[in-house]
Amino acid sequence: MTTAGKFLEMGTAILLFVAVVGVILFVAGRLGGRRGDRWVAFLYLTPAVLMLAVGLIYPAARTIYQSFFDAAGDTFIGLDNYQTIFTSDEQLTVLRNTVLWVVVTPFAATGIGLLYAILVDRARLEAFAKALIFLPMAISFVGASIIWKFVYEYRPDQVGVKQIGLLNQVLVWIGGTPQQWLVDPPWNTLFLILVMIWIQAGFAMTVLSAAIKAIPDDVVEAARLDGVTPVGMFRYVTLPSIRPAVVVVLTTIGIGTLKVFDIVRTMTGGQFDTSVVANEFYSQSFRSGNEGLGAALAVLLFVLVIPIVVYNIRQLRAAEAR
Amino acid sequence: MTATDTSLSTTTPVTKGSGISARARKRLTSPWASLAAVVIAVLWTLPTFGLAVSSLRPEREIKTTGWWTFFRDPTITLDNYRAVLSAEGSEGLGSFFVNSFVITIPSVIIPICLALLAAYAFAWIRFPGRSVLFVAVFALQIVPIQVTLIPLLTLYVKADIVGSFWTIWLSHSIFALPLAIFLLHNFMRDIPPGLLEAARIDGAGHRQIFFRVLLPLLTPAVAAFAIFQFLWVWNDLLVALTFAGGGSEVAPITVALANLSGTRGTAWHLLSAGAFVSIIVPVVVFLLLQRYFVRGLLAGGLKG
Amino acid sequence: MRLRVTTPNLTAASVGALSLTLVLAGCGGGSTDSDDRAANAPKVDCTQFTQYGDLKGKTITVYTGIVTPEDKAYTDSYKPFEECTGATVKYEGDKAFETQILVRAKAGNPPDLAIVPQPGLLRQLVETGRAVEAPAEVAANVDKFWGADWKAYATVDGKFYGAPSGASIKSLVWYSPSEFKDNGYEVPKTLDQLIQLSDKIAATGKKPWCAGISSGEATGWPITDWMEDMMLRLHGPETYDKWVNHEIPFNSPESAAALDEVGKYLKNADYVNGGLGDVKSIATTTFQDAGLPILEGTCSLHRQASFYAANFPAGTRVAEDGDVFAFYLPGKDESAKPLLGGGEFNLAFSDRPEVKAFQTYLSTDTWANIKASVSQGWVTANKGLDVSNVSNSIDKLAAELLADPNSVFRFDGSDQMPGAVGSNAFWKQSTSWITGQSTKQTVDNIEAAWPK
Repeated sequence: MTTAGKFLEMGTAILLFVAVVGVILFVAGRLGGRRGDRWVAFLYLTPAVLMLAVGLIYPAARTIYQSFFDAAGDTFIGLDNYQTIFTSDEQLTVLRNTVLWVVVTPFAATGIGLLYAILVDRARLEAFAKALIFLPMAISFVGASIIWKFVYEYRPDQVGVKQIGLLNQVLVWIGGTPQQWLVDPPWNTLFLILVMIWIQAGFAMTVLSAAIKAIPDDVVEAARLDGVTPVGMFRYVTLPSIRPAVVVVLTTIGIGTLKVFDIVRTMTGGQFDTSVVANEFYSQSFRSGNEGLGAALAVLLFVLVIPIVVYNIRQLRAAEAR
Repeated sequence: MTATDTSLSTTTPVTKGSGISARARKRLTSPWASLAAVVIAVLWTLPTFGLAVSSLRPEREIKTTGWWTFFRDPTITLDNYRAVLSAEGSEGLGSFFVNSFVITIPSVIIPICLALLAAYAFAWIRFPGRSVLFVAVFALQIVPIQVTLIPLLTLYVKADIVGSFWTIWLSHSIFALPLAIFLLHNFMRDIPPGLLEAARIDGAGHRQIFFRVLLPLLTPAVAAFAIFQFLWVWNDLLVALTFAGGGSEVAPITVALANLSGTRGTAWHLLSAGAFVSIIVPVVVFLLLQRYFVRGLLAGGLKG
Repeated sequence: MRLRVTTPNLTAASVGALSLTLVLAGCGGGSTDSDDRAANAPKVDCTQFTQYGDLKGKTITVYTGIVTPEDKAYTDSYKPFEECTGATVKYEGDKAFETQILVRAKAGNPPDLAIVPQPGLLRQLVETGRAVEAPAEVAANVDKFWGADWKAYATVDGKFYGAPSGASIKSLVWYSPSEFKDNGYEVPKTLDQLIQLSDKIAATGKKPWCAGISSGEATGWPITDWMEDMMLRLHGPETYDKWVNHEIPFNSPESAAALDEVGKYLKNADYVNGGLGDVKSIATTTFQDAGLPILEGTCSLHRQASFYAANFPAGTRVAEDGDVFAFYLPGKDESAKPLLGGGEFNLAFSDRPEVKAFQTYLSTDTWANIKASVSQGWVTANKGLDVSNVSNSIDKLAAELLADPNSVFRFDGSDQMPGAVGSNAFWKQSTSWITGQSTKQTVDNIEAAWPK
C-alpha cells in the first residue's frame, strides 16, 4: 500500500464513522415525543454498547469461565486455580508485590505531584516547570524502561571499569560500592515502582494543580486575614478543597498500577521475585501455556479493581444526588 | 489500558471556583520551596536527559562509560540516528512512522464520536436502566486488554479483516470507549441544565441541543481526552503486535522499534536513538495541546 | 534455549559476493553476470524446481522470530524458489514471535509457515489444531537427510509435522587462542582437565569464567543450557532423555548433581565473574555482553552456543588463530562425546499446494546448501549439506561436530519440556539459584511446577 493509499483508507474510515453518527442523529431527530426519547437513547447507545459487548464483555465472560478449567482448558477443576494463586509461594510473592505496587505508587505519585503543584503554583515559568514533570507521561513504557536502564545499570567495582548507571555513579562519587538495584527483593520492586511514580507524578500534578487553581479567592483571603500559617492553610483550606480531586487521582493511578505490566516485563521480566499479577497473567497464558491459571489471575485483577470502581460509583451517586 | 488513560475526571465536584480571578491561594514562598521545586524538576528531567545525551554518543562509549562523561569529553555522532532511520534490510522507519499516524488518528476520532453520542444519552435522556448500564460501562475499564486478544482476533479472522488497519482502529476504539463515555458524561453533567432547558423550550431537538449547545462547551473536554488517547495509541505495542500482524504493511513505529536491535544483543546505541525518535511526536503533541488539556480538566469534572 | 544461530559481523558486500559465487557453484550454472542485484538474487538452474510446478501469483507467508540481520539470508535463500516457480514468499520477523504465534494460531490467524525454534512450542501449536501434517515429500526428504532423532522432535502423537531448519551447537566454550598460547594453556579434553585449567587460571588471580543470564523475560536460560550439558556429561544420554521426558523427577539425585556440577563453576567465587563482578552479577549481565570480557582479557572462558559469534564487535576475528574461538565443552572422559544443540522446524498451517511445495523445497539439500552459502553463522543437521559451503570457522566447527560419528547429539532439554517448566519455572528457578537459592530448593520448585 502506498502512503497516499493508507491515508485514503484512513479518511474513508473516519468518514464512515462520522456518517454512522450522522445517520443516527438524523434518524433520532425524526423521533419525537416523550416515548421517542427512549428510542433516541437506544439509537445513541447502540454503536458503543455493541462494540463493548463484543470487544470487552464477551472476552471478560470467557475469561471468567476459563478460570475454572485446567491448563489445557478442557477439564473443569473448580477453584483449583484460585487455590494455587493463594497457596503457592511463587504466586503469593506475586500478590505481595502487587499490593506493594498498589499501595506505594498512588500515594507517592500523588504526594509528589501535590507538593510540586503547590511549589510551582504561580511561580515564574510555571508552565515550563510543569511541562518538565509531565513529560514522562508522554513516553511509552518501553521507552521509560530504556531511560531507566541508564539509571540502574550496574558495572562491577573494578579498576578500569566505569559505571554506566547514574545511580551507581552517584554512589561511587560519595564513596559507596555499586549495587545491583534490580536483584534483591523487596528493594528491587521499589526501584521498579519508582519508574511508575516518575511517570504518574505528572498526571497527579496536572490534575491537582487545576484543582488548586479552582479554590475560590474569598476562601483563601478569609483564611489569610485570620492569620493562618502556610502549613495551616494547606491543612485547613487547600487539602479539604481539593480532597475529591485527590481521591480521583489516587484511584486513577491505582487502577493503572494494577494493570502495570510493561515496566516489569521489560526491566526484569518478572525475575528476582518482581512479578506482578498482570505480568504473571501474561506469562502464564502466553508462555507457560497455562490458560486456566492465567485466566484466574485476570479475574483476580478484576476483583482487585472492584473496590475502586464501587468507591467511584458511590462518589458519582453522591454527586448526582446533590 | 495503562494508567495514563484511566479516569481523569473527578466524579465529585470541588468547591466552585469563582472564575479566572480565583487564583489566590497560599503559597510557600521561602527559598526552600523554590529549592525543593528545582530539585524535583531536576530529578524528573535527568533520566530523559541522560537518554538524549546517550543517543548522540558513539556505540563503544555508551557501552563503557556513563553519559555524564560526555561533558568532559564531548563526542557527538549522528550515527545512531542514521542507523535507526535507515535500518538495514528494510526501508527504514519512514513507513512505520506513516503507519503510526494512520493508526492513531482514526483511533482517536472514532471513539470520541461514538462516546459523545453515548455520553449524551447517559447524561441527558431519561430511559429505564440508565444508571445500571452506565455503571456497567464504567466498570468495563477494569478488563485487562490481554484477555481480549484471542477472542477479538478470532472475530477479526471470521470477518476477514486481519492484517488491515481496521483491526487496530476497531480495537483501540473499543478499549477507549469506557473511559471516553465516562469522562464525557461527567463533563456533560456539569453543564447547567438550565441551558438545555432553555434550548428545549425554544423547540430544539436532541440533535440541535447536541450540536448547538453541548459541543461548543465540550471542546476542551474532548481535547483533553483526545490527548490521552493519542498518547496511549501512539505508545501502544501490545495491540499493534497482536492485530497488525503483517510486517511493515500496517505495523506502527513501536513494533519496528521493538525489533530494532535485532538479535545483536543489547544495542543500546540503537535503542536510545530509537526511543528518542519515538517519543518526539507524543511530546510535541502534548506540549502543543497542553493548554487545552488543563483547560479541559478545569472546565469539566473539577468544578462543581 | 530458543536462540538461533546468528550472523557474525561481516560486511554485506562480502556476504553478497560470497553468496553469488557459492550459489553459482552449488547450483551448477546460470549466468555469470555479477552486478549487485544478482548477488542478492542468485540466478539458479530452474530445472531443480520443475517438480514444484507453476506457482505464479501464489503467495506464501512465513512468520518467524528471526529478525535483522539474520532475516536477510532467509529471504535470499527463498529467491531461487520465487524466481523459478513464480510464487511470492512474504517474510515477517518478529521478536515477540513465541507468544504471538500462539495467539495467532489460537485465534485462527496463523501464517502459512512458521519457523518454530522449540519442539515444546511446536507441540503446543499442534495442539491448537491449526497445524497441518507435513506432506509425504517432506517426510521422505527428512528420512533421507536427517537422523531419526531429528524427525522425532517434530513428531507429535505419531504424526510428523515439519522438517528441521537450522541447527546450533551449544556445547562450546569460548576462549582467546592467543591467551592460551601465551600462557601455555591447553584445550581441555575432559571435565577434570577443565577444572584443572580453571584452577590454574584462578591461581594467577584472574577469574577464569564469565557468564550472564539476563535476557528479559527469558532470564535464566543460559543456566538451563549449562545444566543440560552437565546432565548429559555426568549421566549419559539415556538418563538425559528420561529427565527431559519426566520419567525421572526433576528433583532426582541425578538432576541435583548436574546442577551442583554447574555450581562448581558458576557459583564459585574464585571462578566468576571475570570482568563483570561477583557471582550475583551473573544474574544481571545480559547473555549478549557476558562473553565480551574475553576480548578485554579480564575473562578466559565463556560457555555459550555457536551463535554467540555474532555478539563480538565488528572487526573481531573469530578463528582458531584469531581473537576468539571456541572449543568443544569436553565430556567426562575422552570416549564420550555428548553434544547439546538446538534448532528450528518449519511448521505449516496450510496445505495449499504452494505451501506444500515451499515446505518441500525447505527440506531439500538444495535449500540447505543455498542457505548455508548466503549465510554467515548458519549450519544445519541436513546431511546433504556440503561443508565447503559453510564459510566461517566457527560454523565449520559446528558442522564438523554435527557430522562427527562419535558425537551423541541431544536437543536442548528445556525446549522440549512443557511450557510451564521449559519457558517459565526452569528459567525463573535457575535465576533464583544463581542469586543464592539452594540446589535442593531449586530442583524441588521446578519439580513442583511440572504440569500434572
